[in-house]
Amino acid sequence: MHKNNILVLSGLALALTIAAFLSPFASKDPDGLDRVAQDLKFEEKATEEPATKQLPFFQIFEEYSIKAVPDEKVSTALAGITGTLVVFGLAWGIGKLAVRKSEPK
Amino acid sequence: MFSFPVYLAMHIPDGYLSLPVSLVTGGIAIALIALSLNRVQSEYKERTVPLMGVSAAFIFAAQMINFPIVGGTSGHLMGGTLAGILLGPWAGSLVMSVVFIVQTIMFQDGGLTALGANITIMGLIGTFGGYYLYRVIRFLIGRNTWLGMSVSTAIASWTSVVIAAAVCAVLLALSDTVSLAVGMTAMLSWHFMIGIGEAFITLAVTSFIWKTRPELIYDAPHTLASRTSPSGREE
Repeated sequence: MHKNNILVLSGLALALTIAAFLSPFASKDPDGLDRVAQDLKFEEKATEEPATKQLPFFQIFEEYSIKAVPDEKVSTALAGITGTLVVFGLAWGIGKLAVRKSEPK
Repeated sequence: MFSFPVYLAMHIPDGYLSLPVSLVTGGIAIALIALSLNRVQSEYKERTVPLMGVSAAFIFAAQMINFPIVGGTSGHLMGGTLAGILLGPWAGSLVMSVVFIVQTIMFQDGGLTALGANITIMGLIGTFGGYYLYRVIRFLIGRNTWLGMSVSTAIASWTSVVIAAAVCAVLLALSDTVSLAVGMTAMLSWHFMIGIGEAFITLAVTSFIWKTRPELIYDAPHTLASRTSPSGREE
């Protein structure tokens, strides 16, 4: 149990470190699909104002950046940290709910 | 307003896929998520739960890191095969779905209408296709050997990226976005290389856990617990 706590904490710390300190330095080149869309000229088919930009989250986050934080690297890092914590909590929570149903204690 | 060219956005946006393609891939994703929830309820134990959180956190963070390949193009981890290897296909699929849903809803990465396709292509192809390919190869070479684990992990994760790219090209062609031959050639040529990055990252993580906490891997090696001699952990 103790051993598992250490693993969970160090795993989460690693993920947060990557999100905070590596993501601002990620390659800005288009990824595989973006590159193909540019080369083959179907990039403009992407919807200009997608529905995701109507969601309340768009008030805070613009892609992987926080609108209120002008410094690009800090903004990306903070967005990365937020997202990492959110998926950590959601995946844990969903796992917890699902597993608990089968093993009531 | 500050605007920087955010190429951290990487998933299929709204507009690339036709309505029928969106509906069918959405249906596939929903069906497999429901099935996965069911199987997690019936098969998984409490001790998997924290590992689900950690895997989601790692895959989300790692997906942000676009690594440059050649010719001004980058790639990033998909993570489906990694999730499948660590958590098994069922919990792995739930974790991947959480990652893509958060990326789309919170960070506008990928379109809402393409969410099913993104989950299916980059998540489920890895958690099911990648996982079962890994399992077959690993068990053929040697279930409890580092060689079996590493070769199967590398092959399965590379293959999952290539298959994902091929399926994406098919969906784009079915949607009349780009012709099949042209789209397929372009998608495959980049993703042959991007898959190498996927294989490296997946192998690095899997080997680390294999050497430190092998019992956490979904198909945990049998011998390591009983054979405590140093030879069992060599390589």
